[in-house]
Amino acid sequence: MIPRTNTTRRGVLALAAAGAAISLLPVPATAQLSAGAQAAVDRVRNNRTAQEGRITLRAPPIAENGNTVPIAVSVESPMTAADHVARIHVFADKNPTPDVATFHLTPACGRAQLDTRIRLGQTQDLIVLAEMSDGSLFMTRAEVKVTIGGCGG
Amino acid sequence: MAAPIGQPRVRLPAQVRAGEIIEIRTLISHVMETGQRRDQAGAVIPRDIIRRFEAKFEGETVFAMDLAPAISANPYIAFPFKAERPGRFEFTWTNDAGESRSATQDLRLA
Repeated sequence: MIPRTNTTRRGVLALAAAGAAISLLPVPATAQLSAGAQAAVDRVRNNRTAQEGRITLRAPPIAENGNTVPIAVSVESPMTAADHVARIHVFADKNPTPDVATFHLTPACGRAQLDTRIRLGQTQDLIVLAEMSDGSLFMTRAEVKVTIGGCGG
Repeated sequence: MAAPIGQPRVRLPAQVRAGEIIEIRTLISHVMETGQRRDQAGAVIPRDIIRRFEAKFEGETVFAMDLAPAISANPYIAFPFKAERPGRFEFTWTNDAGESRSATQDLRLA
């Protein structure tokens, strides 16, 4: 069952606040990425192995308006000087350019949890990579369905 | 000519206790022109985005974000901060042309 949602900005915000965005189930990391997204992921990986887990990506499973899709990313971490999330990268597999955002965190953040609003040109996977202060790397990937694409004509 | 960087809006919780992890919510008015769109004559409208956001507390960078054209117009960014002592935040948004706009806000502890 897909709840009907209204697409006004206020409606989207209210829904986001009410928790309509859910934790997306990761999709298997085996499916082929677009060439652009693969290159972007490889740049971050820099020959490291990305582990599963730790990352939670929340977004509407179906976004009616690809121009403004609320996403929330959190990563389990004590966020101490010795052990914290240093960077979180978000990529969109099928956007004209895969880069979405890179967040730079510090222990002063206290926890690793970010919210923003993004554009998605079509239904596609989001890829999130979290780089820890010890150099270890975590990755997750989840699909967001988009009804009306958000890249303009 | 770069699009104007609008009025920044920053919201901290009204009551903050020492040691609490708060969420800082920011919004800035900006078109975030992707560089993918064309005007009526078919010419590409050049990219013009806020490409960097930085939050400093008492002069030290505590959080930053690199933005891409895939960030929606009027970028909304919410991030956490562990409130250990009172002090001043400075938030800065910078566009592709290197122009920036800043806002300051004081953190007071209950």
